[in-house]
Amino acid sequence: MNTTLAAKLRGQVPLLVTSVLLVAMFSVGSVQYEGFFSGQVLLNLLIDNAFLLVVAVGMTFVILTGGIDLSVGAVVALSTMVSAWLVEKHHWPILVVIPLVLAIGTGLGWAMGWVVHTFEIQPFIVTLAGMFLARGLCYTISVESVSITDPSYTAMAQTRIPLPGGTFLSPSAVIAVLVAAAAFLVLHHTRFGRNVYALGGSEQSALLMGLPVARTRITVYAISGFCSALGGVLLTFYMLSGYGLHAVGLELDAIAAVVIGGTLLTGGSGYLVGTVLGVAVLGLIQTVISFQGTLSSWWTRIVIGALLFLFIVLQRLITARRPT
Amino acid sequence: MTKHRLFWPAAVLVAMLLANLFFTPDFFAVHTKEGHLYGSLIDILHFGAPLILVSLGMTLVIATGGIDLSVGSTVAIAGALACLYISEASDPGSVSTVLVAVALALAVALVLGAVNGLLVSRIGVQPIVATLILMVAGRGVAQLITDGQIITITSDPYRLIGGGYWLTVPFSVLLAGAMVGLTLLLTRSTALGLLLESVGGNPVASRLVGIRAHRLTTLVYVASAVCAAVAGLMISSNVSAADGNNAGLWIELDAILAVVIGGTSLNGGRFSIGGTVLGALVIQTLSTTVYTIGIPPETTLVFKAAVVITVCLIQSPQFRAKATRRRTTAPGGQQPKPASADLKVGT
Repeated sequence: MNTTLAAKLRGQVPLLVTSVLLVAMFSVGSVQYEGFFSGQVLLNLLIDNAFLLVVAVGMTFVILTGGIDLSVGAVVALSTMVSAWLVEKHHWPILVVIPLVLAIGTGLGWAMGWVVHTFEIQPFIVTLAGMFLARGLCYTISVESVSITDPSYTAMAQTRIPLPGGTFLSPSAVIAVLVAAAAFLVLHHTRFGRNVYALGGSEQSALLMGLPVARTRITVYAISGFCSALGGVLLTFYMLSGYGLHAVGLELDAIAAVVIGGTLLTGGSGYLVGTVLGVAVLGLIQTVISFQGTLSSWWTRIVIGALLFLFIVLQRLITARRPT
Repeated sequence: MTKHRLFWPAAVLVAMLLANLFFTPDFFAVHTKEGHLYGSLIDILHFGAPLILVSLGMTLVIATGGIDLSVGSTVAIAGALACLYISEASDPGSVSTVLVAVALALAVALVLGAVNGLLVSRIGVQPIVATLILMVAGRGVAQLITDGQIITITSDPYRLIGGGYWLTVPFSVLLAGAMVGLTLLLTRSTALGLLLESVGGNPVASRLVGIRAHRLTTLVYVASAVCAAVAGLMISSNVSAADGNNAGLWIELDAILAVVIGGTSLNGGRFSIGGTVLGALVIQTLSTTVYTIGIPPETTLVFKAAVVITVCLIQSPQFRAKATRRRTTAPGGQQPKPASADLKVGT
């Protein structure tokens, strides 16, 4: 009974399906639309979804422990708002603003993790409160959109890092890739990463094994808060504005990316690479719809919903332990 | 008296209503104009009616240990469908057109609810995930129905549902009251409520004692979708328009909040419909208060965050233990795990 190996192989199935889906979508797009098959279209996926990738990476940590973080979109919005407000209204330098914003996000995440752990309240409802709080704080700063004209921000937005073959990347995309790489190392090659999986697999066992359950759980929410704040910084570069209605529904996109990437929502199983692929699938759906031209934007949501349905049913088929 | 499960929600509601007296001295005044009742209290009931309905459905779902995130999308779809049918009908003002439109919206809600329910009960998907699908896709579907536009209609019978008066009282309040009454009757005068609580408490044990847990689980999601659809009809009828993008936006969060304030445990196993109605009224009063005091309405969210976290802390046994300084040696397995609402996946 080689159950561990079998379980490991089963865990790979969603990842494989996502990869196949990604290749299929890109192939169909390349055949169907002129100019689709180019390196820049792929790189644009990364440029346009850099903030989503960073947020989804943070969400992966939380979901791996069996939790959920609904506050990410609101924290992203709060970060854009605080950045825009400090830079435009108070003329703070960018090097002070960004660490401050990251600290706020991390602190908020840490606080939510602490409440989840200490009072054993469902993560769902705690992060819901966090979401209300962060969105509400945006509006206490300003109800209107605050646009940014600061030269250091516009420089970050307009810089193009040339790559071979006439293609280019934005600084935000490079940051997103670095974050994903760092998260990969932490999750798969450190003790903390193992603790995350152990906690998601079974909290009881993790506790009995003497793992630092409290520290791990609080840290994953802090990581998610940090990633959301960083995503907010990247979105500020992308939009050059701060607004309380930025990133509405981003939490759903992030959860969808993680699920499509094959991470189990019950926790304990999944890969960071899957999340990267999941973000790519979501980005590709939007690219295909914009290349198609005749489809309206709401088809994006319907297709994402259909894919979610497909992958969740797939997860159930894979993890079905005993028949009902 | 403080031990009664409805004491705290009722106390909060009364406190908030009294707080309004400081800002608007004639807050409690209710007067009749042209045979209709007017006043702040009536407004709270009138605008709170859709939320009461959505929360009613949500209570039943949460009682079984589930959660329904898709109600906001269902609200949008129901309103969009009904308005589309009426706007395309040859006689938008006739009662029969409106009845068909309402039936159409309710029928689609039945299907949506059944899909949610079957995903949860038969395929065994976690409720939060199963309904997330419809929450994401449903907005797209609603916009597809309205073609991304806001459909405006002129139909007096349809206007009655959400904006009309009947026997001097807003019709929506009567409708919501009737549905709450019906649900109370069905759950508390028959064994249905007990069975729901049993499924929420332990679905496996319930099935072993012969309760059709699958069927009941499916049923509550259908009930939730139907309640949401009626709320959607009310909202679109009140403004005589359907907006696929914004109708019922975030109502699922308000509904969950109302249920939690009402004292229903998110872990399932017990529920209080009276508490939910009070909870929904607390939220509506909060919104109304913020408007009348003149605080920017967007900052309501900060107050809601404070309310959610306070209520959850009060409900948390760990917090109460700490607050009353009763040193308890943290029992690992004694308290329900935070995710125990999701543990019924394996059934």
